[in-house]
Amino acid sequence: MNQLPLLSAIIFAPWIGAAVLAVLRRAPVPTSRIIALLFSLSTLALSGVALGAFDPARIAPQFVERHDWISALNVHYHLGLDGLSLVLVLLTGVITPVALLASWKVKQSPRLFGALFLVLQGAALGVFLALDFFHWFLFWELSLVPAFFLIKLWGGPGATRAAYQFVVYTIGGSAFLLLGFAAVYAATGTLDFTQLAQLGADGTLQQKLATLGGVWPTAVFLGVLLGLAVKVPLWPFHTWLPSAYAEAPTGASMFLTGVMSKMGVYGFLRILWPIFPSQLQVASGWLLPLALGGVVLGAWAAMRQQDLKRMIAYSSVNHLSYCLLALFAVAGATGRPGVSSEAAAAALSGTILQMFNHGLSAAALFACIGILETRAGGLRGLADFGGVRTAAPLFAGLCGVALFSSLGLPGLNGFVGEFLIFRGVFGLAPGVAAIATLGLLATALFLLTFWQRVFHGPRAGAATRAFADVRGVELAALVPLVVLMVVLGVAPGLLTRLFNPLITSWAGHLTLP
Amino acid sequence: MSLPVQHLCVIPALPLLAAGIAALTPRSGRKLASGVAIAAMALSFILSCDALATALDHPGAHQFFNFTWFDLGLGSVRLGWLLDPLTALMCVMVTFVGLLIFVFSTGYMHEDANAKQFFCFLSLFAAAMLGLLVANSLLFLFICWELVGLASYLLIGFWFHKPAAAAAAKKAFITTRIGDLGLLLGMLWLYDSTGSLLFYDGGSGVLEASALSALSTQLTIGGLAVSTAIGLLIFCGAVGKSGQFPLHVWLPDAMEGPTPVSALIHAATMVAAGVFLIARVYPLMSADLALANVPTHALTVVAAIGAITALLGALIAVGQNDIKRVLAFSTVSQLGYMMLALGVGSWVAAIFHLLTHAFFKALLFLGAGSVIHAAHHEQDIRQLGGLRTSLRVTFATFAIGMMALAGVPFLFSGFWSKEAILHAAHGWGVSHLPLYVGLAAVVLTAFYMTRLVAEVFFGAPRSEHASHAHENPRSLTVPLVILAVCAIALGFLGTPYWPWLQHALDPKAHAEPGGYGLMMLSIVLVALGLGAGWAIYGRRPRAKASALDPLAAKFPRVHAALAARLGFDELYAATFGRLNDALATFADALDRHVFDGAIRFLSRLGEFAGIVNREVDEDVLNGGFDATSAKIRGSGQAYSRAQTGSAHGYLRMIAFGFVLLVLAVLLGGAR
Repeated sequence: MNQLPLLSAIIFAPWIGAAVLAVLRRAPVPTSRIIALLFSLSTLALSGVALGAFDPARIAPQFVERHDWISALNVHYHLGLDGLSLVLVLLTGVITPVALLASWKVKQSPRLFGALFLVLQGAALGVFLALDFFHWFLFWELSLVPAFFLIKLWGGPGATRAAYQFVVYTIGGSAFLLLGFAAVYAATGTLDFTQLAQLGADGTLQQKLATLGGVWPTAVFLGVLLGLAVKVPLWPFHTWLPSAYAEAPTGASMFLTGVMSKMGVYGFLRILWPIFPSQLQVASGWLLPLALGGVVLGAWAAMRQQDLKRMIAYSSVNHLSYCLLALFAVAGATGRPGVSSEAAAAALSGTILQMFNHGLSAAALFACIGILETRAGGLRGLADFGGVRTAAPLFAGLCGVALFSSLGLPGLNGFVGEFLIFRGVFGLAPGVAAIATLGLLATALFLLTFWQRVFHGPRAGAATRAFADVRGVELAALVPLVVLMVVLGVAPGLLTRLFNPLITSWAGHLTLP
Repeated sequence: MSLPVQHLCVIPALPLLAAGIAALTPRSGRKLASGVAIAAMALSFILSCDALATALDHPGAHQFFNFTWFDLGLGSVRLGWLLDPLTALMCVMVTFVGLLIFVFSTGYMHEDANAKQFFCFLSLFAAAMLGLLVANSLLFLFICWELVGLASYLLIGFWFHKPAAAAAAKKAFITTRIGDLGLLLGMLWLYDSTGSLLFYDGGSGVLEASALSALSTQLTIGGLAVSTAIGLLIFCGAVGKSGQFPLHVWLPDAMEGPTPVSALIHAATMVAAGVFLIARVYPLMSADLALANVPTHALTVVAAIGAITALLGALIAVGQNDIKRVLAFSTVSQLGYMMLALGVGSWVAAIFHLLTHAFFKALLFLGAGSVIHAAHHEQDIRQLGGLRTSLRVTFATFAIGMMALAGVPFLFSGFWSKEAILHAAHGWGVSHLPLYVGLAAVVLTAFYMTRLVAEVFFGAPRSEHASHAHENPRSLTVPLVILAVCAIALGFLGTPYWPWLQHALDPKAHAEPGGYGLMMLSIVLVALGLGAGWAIYGRRPRAKASALDPLAAKFPRVHAALAARLGFDELYAATFGRLNDALATFADALDRHVFDGAIRFLSRLGEFAGIVNREVDEDVLNGGFDATSAKIRGSGQAYSRAQTGSAHGYLRMIAFGFVLLVLAVLLGGAR
């Protein structure tokens, strides 16, 4: 514990950046942009350090920092990094700078924009690294504040309503989450995730909650579930998402879909499943159909959207539902005799890969739509373009890679995660996997419609005027994402090796107390 | 020199490298792009010949090399390469035909501004196609399978500024993806039941005895053996890719792509990938044959689909007026023949026909390309005519291709491979229906090909373009001549008198007894088709472009139905298209009205509750849980009264719900 507190550094470096930006009131615009970018890159740099010292074979959290904080409440400042957190920290490290680059041309107070972005980044990192509910929840809620202002102040015409709806809906869910944990705390006297997972695994937690009597143990579980379900979002708690993603400025849309949507899935994996395994096992009976609804109806709803951002937002509902589908299938099979640990390992690996891959492809697509929007003077409807590939071939190529990654074309990153999810879900719940393939079909349909209407055909709409190809900062935002899509499509082992031992251990202990 | 199996991946890697180089070349570098692409193909061809020699040295052996892609759980996901005569022969065919088509393309795409991109996509296609052939893992095969689909999508839509091309590309991708979902499920099932997707793995591969016996002894839904169910799901992928009924609708539309693409992808190689796939997993497909009390065997379904497709494609081809669409439906029909051969138990005959078809159909498409290029992109056979004098080389080679396809006896390769299929169908114990269908398609094939040749090359030119046509440069005609030689010569590799190919593919295959009666019958049928075609279209050639087709004059309704492709597109638009629209509308309306409506309702309720809340008092609520920070937020929001708007309604609602819950838990906990 006398080393450098690496994880604290990862979390707070962006906040230091935000403070610097807040102080430098007179900084010229380019300087403040560069400061924001440099501090946002700190995550990538520091997680690179962590990557160097990280031992994937150790399942327990590494680089642990644990200090007493509020001893009266038995609250500790407890941080730790395991394979799952590491992947998400890396994702945050990639997405944030890229999102800042995509919003490089923001005109309205870029300094404040950068500062809020860094606050958001730090909060998200806090969520991925905290191992005590108390400050985990603080980070979780704190992330809403900058997100709210980013949407409301820099967003589109409907931004105010969308921002309110987003924040209120999420807080609404979080209130139940908090309440659930209040009950858990009352029953166990601890808020430490590691200890709670221990209590959840050996059944102590359930016994203690049972003393509440009546429907309350279930209500506690449902409260926690609801808080996380809204955040992901689990269908049908997703209706805040399309308008929030659509109204947010490009960079914020990228961060919301790239990183914040992963906070919910992370919560499912880190909190709900380990702490409430039996309840989740029971609930998976009706949660699986909900996830399936997200996969199938989310994709079909996307087909009806005329606004490209809403379309990609719905595609996020679809993609994240695959993660939940896999998790619920594993949770549902837990404790079943003869459950295949190979299938469970595939499903869980697929979930983590899918989180990372969706982060890349959805962020890239929002960046592309941002570029279209800039060129078209704010228009971004399916019918506002045509023949863009003739005008901007390089842009078309980059956007095409992102689209095909999103629809799961083998050779690009999206396929590997989805294949593993399907492989796992098929082994655990074959019927569900069979129905879920419809989502793959629908995704191909609407993404190719996007591609065809915007890029193909004769030049039309905004593309009839001068339509410059991507250059400079835009390239700097898109190219890293596209390169990662190809690299991870060919060599997914680069990521899986980080969490495979962890997943193996999870999949090897699929027992109920 | 011989290529060891662990380096087999060099064969697909070379074109991939060429694609990469072409992608990074600026637009002006078309010479470089085409040069690199041709060089890579030529090298791959040499290596494939070498691989063939290696494979033939080990008859009946499956040499493989497996490696770990990435670790997963306690195991790993593994891929591998496979070398056997099937792989090697296919590689030789793909690289050779590909090389000729690449050369042809340098001339054909001469004037296209995007020519370098064209060679990039063609090389990408070749890489994926060759990868598909050398795969020793169904997963790697699937990856390449999807990538050839991507290349096909990009090349059908190569002239993407044409809306019809863009639409055809999407239709092809989506239709084949429907089949691919079946393939994916079959693959998942196979993976789940055997724990592996490697074809051969020293005893633990999915095509080896232990896995097969396990799969064929378990029964599943409907009393089918598991191997049957998996086989049928895998076959779904082949149905999509190989344009089989009922997913054949995309292939004719794919003719929107440049003609070299039609020749390479939609005639010779990619569409045959489905046939290759079934041949590759033939041990799995036929694992259930020993079972007696099952509803069906996988191969029976294959035979049925193949027979239907063979007849359907040949029928519709009779009613088409676009030179490329006639050939496209002919491809559908011939692929049906190959499936039929697979279904009736002779994968060797299917591959024989696949190989001969690849050459003569590539020849016919390139011939059509030569016609189209010479006639300034006129594709309507009614507007052509009389080209036998102006395009002598094209005419001569096209005629050879036509006779090979029609199955003109003895000299032409198509005759021998079709004979092999008909013999296999004759020997099938289950039913003779496929044989009869196959024989009927023989007549039709000879008929529509005679019609095509008569309309395009005989009579007098019927349009400006046709009368001004003159022969193309060498880069176009030399590939035609080489392919024409192959369209003749290849047949002699597999005659019943010297079945070299059959023995190379399957040394255990017993020599089939010669059925001279059947051969005589099919010769008579070919003569019948040729004669009828000539009698109707050749003797009195069409005088002007607007003249009515003789068949349309005789049987207007039948002809109209065939010309309209028997209405499959309309049927699908009316059923699946509508279903899709309805689902989308439903999902969207559900969100807008039900789920969002519920939220709006809750917010109204919240506003109401907020009022009540405010009016009643805050003392009741204040008792007891000041400590929780969330309560502060909740109540703070609940009491924010000055503002309006539904968002604030939500806040109140949440605060209200929160308060209720806190109360409930406290009361419950206190009990």
